[in-house]
Amino acid sequence: MTQKTMHTSDFRPLDVQAIREDFPIFAETPPLAFLDSAASTQTPRPVVEAMDAYYDTYRSNIHRGIYRISEEATDQYEKARQKVARLINAPRTSEVIFTRNTTESINLVAYSWGSLHIQQGDEIVLTDLEHHSNLVPWQMLAQRTGASLRYLEITDRGLLDFTQLQDVLTEKTKLVAITHVSNVLGTINPIQSVIDAAHAAGAKVIVDAAQSVPHFHVDVQQLDCDFLAFSGHKMCGPTGVGVLYGKMELLDDMPPFLGGGSMIRSVERDISTYADVPAKFEAGTPSIAEAIGLGAAVDYITQAGLASIHVHEQELTKYAHERLQEIESITMYGPAPHQKAGVISFDIEGIHPHDVAGILDTHNVAIRAGHHCAQPLMKKLDVIATARASFYLYNTIEDVDRLCEGLQKAQTLMIRRNK
Amino acid sequence: MNIYQEELLDHYENPSNYGTLPNPDISHEEDNPLCGDRIRMDLLIEDDIIKEVRFCGHGCTISLAAASMLTEKIKGKTLTEVKNITREDIMDMVGIPLGPVRVKCALLALKVLKAGAYGIKGWPGEEEQ
Ligand SMILES: Cc1ncc(COP(=O)(O)O)c(C=O)c1O
Repeated sequence: MTQKTMHTSDFRPLDVQAIREDFPIFAETPPLAFLDSAASTQTPRPVVEAMDAYYDTYRSNIHRGIYRISEEATDQYEKARQKVARLINAPRTSEVIFTRNTTESINLVAYSWGSLHIQQGDEIVLTDLEHHSNLVPWQMLAQRTGASLRYLEITDRGLLDFTQLQDVLTEKTKLVAITHVSNVLGTINPIQSVIDAAHAAGAKVIVDAAQSVPHFHVDVQQLDCDFLAFSGHKMCGPTGVGVLYGKMELLDDMPPFLGGGSMIRSVERDISTYADVPAKFEAGTPSIAEAIGLGAAVDYITQAGLASIHVHEQELTKYAHERLQEIESITMYGPAPHQKAGVISFDIEGIHPHDVAGILDTHNVAIRAGHHCAQPLMKKLDVIATARASFYLYNTIEDVDRLCEGLQKAQTLMIRRNK
Repeated sequence: MNIYQEELLDHYENPSNYGTLPNPDISHEEDNPLCGDRIRMDLLIEDDIIKEVRFCGHGCTISLAAASMLTEKIKGKTLTEVKNITREDIMDMVGIPLGPVRVKCALLALKVLKAGAYGIKGWPGEEEQ
């Protein structure tokens, strides 16, 4: 485990055709060119089958029943937690908390950890690249407590401006909330340096890993991050389940987020004592089938190999950059291909991104258009919206070619008319 | 049916009543928070009748074409008639099926009009929500 972002040792080229056969959505001809995995990925059969098995053969609530199928459900739910813990190399399985999604994971920290540690005058450091889900919870916390927000800015190429780091981090900094990979520009942030600098300044760090954990190997022990959040639905898993990793010494001290069943040890009329982590943070019946599905998704992407997925996406990104450059009056935002993940935001002069996506849709090519839940970043880039193509393990060179053909057609349709 | 058909593209390319009015009785501007499209409408009212109308802004084909069509539709109408224009009227006017996201593009101009003229907030058709 010497590599930062990938294990070269487990590298073998992806068998993309075999992978695609696991995804019924690609069975039609011509297949859907799905280039919006940064929003949510497609689901392979083994994930759906794992959830079906729960519903068909051992459906029951967990942590309660005395009977066999409830024990089975509990067992599978906890196995999924172990798989997730192994994926991110968490020292303890109990440091993995199941939530609904990245957003809920971050809100959990903002409410629970925030209520204990953030006070008037404190500073929370964010970056220009944050998704609203790693921004709004901190704004709300700042408003509740009188703390203030500071931003680490980006350069013209969409990379974090490290020259500012020492100015932004002060003795008032209590927390740095940073995205690992930008969902708009694809920028892979050198979070190791940020974490080290934040720790040296006495601050904690939460990493928004929604766009990193699905695509390359992330090791929480190596990074030494305090919290890390991601979503199941962006990594071949189902919707409705997400993960918060936190260091046990922090989680242990934190008050519960939501109160209710499952998170208590004992309840009296006026006071309760709480269960241990992770149960303390999993009030109510969780997304049982979805957690089990996420466990299957972890198996799926680790069997494909995260290093292989990363290399495959880099190849597609490099190829797409070359092909897209051939398109007249295109602007691509963000860093060069080797500094980013498989996300390409672009704009074609004279065609609104909505129209770009709309015309591509008529050619069965799915991309995203809009502000990508990152309005402050859009403002910084001085655009209202962009079109965005993003890649995952099932995408092919043909998908990229179809994107480019669709864009050529959009241009013939619209630009000719404009003048 | 392809949403990029001639009539819409014509309105997008050569919008009717594009621009602003020097002394409008009503001038209002709003955006679609989903995508940042922004439209302004200026109206000249005489005896409750819309004498003159202009729109301007930026947006996709659907939002600009729908705005252009709407200005043609309301010129010479009374404010009461205009108040009764519904979401369905706009969909008929645009004349092609739209998904829920693009419906908001098509409705942006009507939203601006209703907010400016009557202070009605929210998307036409879902004001009461
Ligand atoms: C970088 C980043 N953070 C957070 C999120 C929010 O994820 P979710 O909607 O699953 O909570 C996303 C998803 O779009 C994202 O791309």
